[in-house]
Amino acid sequence: MAYSEKVIDHYNNPRNVGTLDKASHKVGTGLVGAPECGDVMRLQIEVNPETGIIEDAKFKTFGCGSAIASSSLATEWLKGKSVDDALTIDNMDIVEELALPPVKIHCSVLAEDAIKAAINDYRAKQGLAPIEDTKKHY
Amino acid sequence: MKLPIYLDNNATTKVDPRVFEAMTPYFLEDFGNAASRNHPFGWKAEEAVDYAREQIAALIGANEKEVIFTSGATESNNLAIKGVFEMYEAKGKHIITAVTEHKAVLDTCKHLEKLGAEITYLPVGIDGLISVADIEAAIRPDTILVSLMYANNEIGVVQPMREIGALCKSKGVLFHSDATQAVGKIPVDVLADGIDLLSMTAHKMYGPKGIGALYVRRKNPRVKVTAQMDGGGHERGMRSGTLNVPGIVGFGKACELARLEMEQDTERLMGLRDYLESELLKLEESYVNGNIEHRLPHVANISFKYVEGEGLMMAIKDIAVSSGSACTSASLEPSYVLKALGLDDELAHSSLRFGLSRFTTKEEIDYTIKTVANAVNKLRDMSPLWEMFKEGIDLKSIEWTEH
Repeated sequence: MAYSEKVIDHYNNPRNVGTLDKASHKVGTGLVGAPECGDVMRLQIEVNPETGIIEDAKFKTFGCGSAIASSSLATEWLKGKSVDDALTIDNMDIVEELALPPVKIHCSVLAEDAIKAAINDYRAKQGLAPIEDTKKHY
Repeated sequence: MKLPIYLDNNATTKVDPRVFEAMTPYFLEDFGNAASRNHPFGWKAEEAVDYAREQIAALIGANEKEVIFTSGATESNNLAIKGVFEMYEAKGKHIITAVTEHKAVLDTCKHLEKLGAEITYLPVGIDGLISVADIEAAIRPDTILVSLMYANNEIGVVQPMREIGALCKSKGVLFHSDATQAVGKIPVDVLADGIDLLSMTAHKMYGPKGIGALYVRRKNPRVKVTAQMDGGGHERGMRSGTLNVPGIVGFGKACELARLEMEQDTERLMGLRDYLESELLKLEESYVNGNIEHRLPHVANISFKYVEGEGLMMAIKDIAVSSGSACTSASLEPSYVLKALGLDDELAHSSLRFGLSRFTTKEEIDYTIKTVANAVNKLRDMSPLWEMFKEGIDLKSIEWTEH
């Protein structure tokens, strides 16, 4: 199966690979997927508590090229966004941007889940209730 | 050195130029139908087919009359298993096979289950080997067939054929072997191995695609299979259809070359394979899948833990290999063969299969070692699982969100 140019670009030059201090109260960490399924994404955001703006985002992903590209793209989109705006990122936006084929849609779902998980982790540290995921995939 | 490098020789091989050369006259000049008995075009074709039959029989220690031509190993497996079931159904309905067989065997058995057959799917050990004691315990009075592959297509593990053959003989049960990966690569002798039916194909041994054969024993015992393809009664009535003469000539030539060159090919390929393997095993947390003693000389199946196979293949796009990861399949299930060994799914997802050929060079292997090692290191730097492993976190202690 051929990958789109954007997937290949993100795969060859992944943006924002790395690790933030998960103990920091400014950092939210989302770890989603499972090794048995062949995809695990860890996405982290560093938020300025004053402004609510995501000032940094990092990822590490175990998975296929599309999974790596989806998480790389997600970190790019997250940086500079407010936490509230970050919640509006939809997996189909990722599918469209990376031209993912149907069998790879789950990679984008995983990236969206990772964003939500990271935000909820951050909210928990701020003493806020988690955002319920009301969206149904598939 | 030309890129990309082809190391997927368990999927198919390049046709040997000598095989190609042998085939060419049978397209444009000697194009006759081997069944045309009344003119020289037919005689020439028949002569070529007879000669190829001898070349093929010689490679596996058979008599040329025992070679039934088919379109390939999938058809041979279907003909052997369905043909035996139909022919011997009155004697019993029980067939024994194993979970690591090729789909051409497993799905044929599933089909027969719908028709009333009872199938035992034997497990394998962690090294991929079948226990002969397990087979013995599974044999029942109504067992008519044991069907087990000679060598596995994913991990290259070679089963103890001689012991299994002797066991089947002592119990009066027919023994079929899918020898697709073994014939032409390691010595196969249907008499010494006690095999009654044997499936083979040309395109895994430097011959053309679309031609294969089923060996059907004629003596001690005389085995019969019910035809699955009805028509003109070719191939002793077991497989109708006009013979693929150029393909058969190529298959014959490929078998002859294999017989003459197997020893030297094996020595060279095993050296290259062992070199590839030992260099790649220098990477931390990398493991060989399958028994390393009883294995085809040209195959290495290696898992690089904490790296996903499909992602890895993307990083080594100049090298054609296969992965046990099935990220592309809708089910997201990794290789059922690796799972049958009892491997963790994550190890199955992390595997690559390297299959070398007669045409593989040392230079290509050097390039492969360097490229794969760089890719594994790069992807591990990107892998959250690798980071956790390095921090000493037990991945089994984490509650993963299955999806």
